[in-house]
Amino acid sequence: MIYAQILAGGKGTRMGNVPMPKQFLSLADKPILIHTIEKFVLESRFTAILVACPQDWLSHTQDLIKKYITDDRVQVVIGGAERNETLMNGIAYIHEHYGEHDDDIIVTHDAVRPFVTGRIINDNIEAALKHAAVDTVVAAIDTIVQGTSEEIETIPLRSTMFQGQTPQSFNIKTLVSSYNSLSNQQRATLSDACKIVLLAGHTIKEVRGENFNFKITTPYDLRVANALVERRG
Amino acid sequence: MLNQVYRLVAARQFEVQTVAETVTANDLVIRPRFLSICHADQRYFTGNRPQAILKQKLAMALIHEGVGEVVEDPQGDFKPGTLVTMIPNTPAEKDPIIEENYLPTSKFRSSGYDGFMQEYVCLARDRVLKLPENFDPQMSAFIEMISVGVQGLSQLENVMDADNKVIGIWGDGNLGYITAVLVKQLFPTSQLIIFGRHQSKLTYFSFSDQTYLVDEIPAGLQISQAIECTGGRGSEQAIAQIIAHLRPMGTAILMGVSEDPVGIDTRDVLAKGITLRGTSRSGRQDFEKAIDILAASPVTRERLQNLIGYTCQVHTIQDIINFFEHNLTNYWGKAVMEWDV
Repeated sequence: MIYAQILAGGKGTRMGNVPMPKQFLSLADKPILIHTIEKFVLESRFTAILVACPQDWLSHTQDLIKKYITDDRVQVVIGGAERNETLMNGIAYIHEHYGEHDDDIIVTHDAVRPFVTGRIINDNIEAALKHAAVDTVVAAIDTIVQGTSEEIETIPLRSTMFQGQTPQSFNIKTLVSSYNSLSNQQRATLSDACKIVLLAGHTIKEVRGENFNFKITTPYDLRVANALVERRG
Repeated sequence: MLNQVYRLVAARQFEVQTVAETVTANDLVIRPRFLSICHADQRYFTGNRPQAILKQKLAMALIHEGVGEVVEDPQGDFKPGTLVTMIPNTPAEKDPIIEENYLPTSKFRSSGYDGFMQEYVCLARDRVLKLPENFDPQMSAFIEMISVGVQGLSQLENVMDADNKVIGIWGDGNLGYITAVLVKQLFPTSQLIIFGRHQSKLTYFSFSDQTYLVDEIPAGLQISQAIECTGGRGSEQAIAQIIAHLRPMGTAILMGVSEDPVGIDTRDVLAKGITLRGTSRSGRQDFEKAIDILAASPVTRERLQNLIGYTCQVHTIQDIINFFEHNLTNYWGKAVMEWDV
């Protein structure tokens, strides 16, 4: 079966003074999270669409979904302390409610990337049905330099550099066994779900993202996002 | 819902723009699958329209011929994945006399507002028709153009006199071919004659009874009714030949679009009592009739499938540009893109 998990666990600390997590802020008269859920609801192959939110915002998330979304596949789960724990919470929920199957896949996506397209979601599903792990990427536009904040150590060849977006999609069985195979030290270095399966020795299939599928992280991003959206006349 | 709309912003330049859509209970959300180019789209793409028109209409998503899959129906009438044809003509009112496709208040996609080059198309449910499963989806992409042929022939049936012995079609392009295929189905006992400029194109009309190059028409040839499918600069010569060869009180259906006014020999029109009837876009009724005609006749479907010319899957804006550019050199048939942007 095919599942989606929308990761809305962020606390929005980079949004400056705004006390509300960024996924709940308004874009074109609706919470960003709702725009993102709406895109996943359009994909009929999902058995369930989980929305992982912080414990403190559980009732708020449920109220918003009740207000805007009529699809009963959308269910709210509590997120973990960090991203990968949230991911595993979602998988535990899936196992509890829908059982375990070898070919189950999960498409995970940041709640704050509302410009994701049906094509990207479809490409993730198609790739995840064939490969253990899938990452959505775009070619790096800026040259990437590696080093400390003081000095550059190396400048990799730009044509081999990509920027990771979401969705990231996984065969659930491979993801769980990969996560369980990692040491605590390795887990501490995880900045990205794809890295779980990469460290466990699996290859990751790339899917083409879009530059506009950006993450709304800062007040500037939100201003840009609002400026980008046109109202249908 | 945030929707990505792929708009032409200037000649040969597309940009993606995000639009917040409001989906009401009466709407359907459609994912476009196969889209077909028409000459009007091509004229916008190359900037071959007056500057004032381009300034007024762009930025705009092109394409008004296409099929898609239903992804959301708030009322549950259409299951997700149902293949449907999309009607580009969107009426704003009903009139007891004027059909929806001739109402000046009707909006037409890719001619004033966004066409089908979108991530999702939100359509009122009466602007969508389910397709039988045995229809070829690429052929179905240009059902809109087939419905335009149906509109023309329906108007011919309404206006013409009882003589349907010989039907002549001027034009050996896509619209001429489609209309000719429909004439064979709708007027099976009539003799069908095609008048064209290119012998190589006329050979595709193997099902017609006779073909003539326009500079080799026998002087005494007479036809009962005529259909003009040339458009552009060819219109004037075609209309002149129609007037010359049409029997008295015959009807000529004018279907080709011309940017500039054309001269018509009204003396002969009056002397012969000829009816000139202009037809244009189609309405829902024509789509319904087109689907019925195709469903009833595998031969008609096969002949129309032969019109599929250049086909290509498009993933990026550069693919879209390449597709339109390739279509400029496409000699025969309808160019259909598999929409995967």
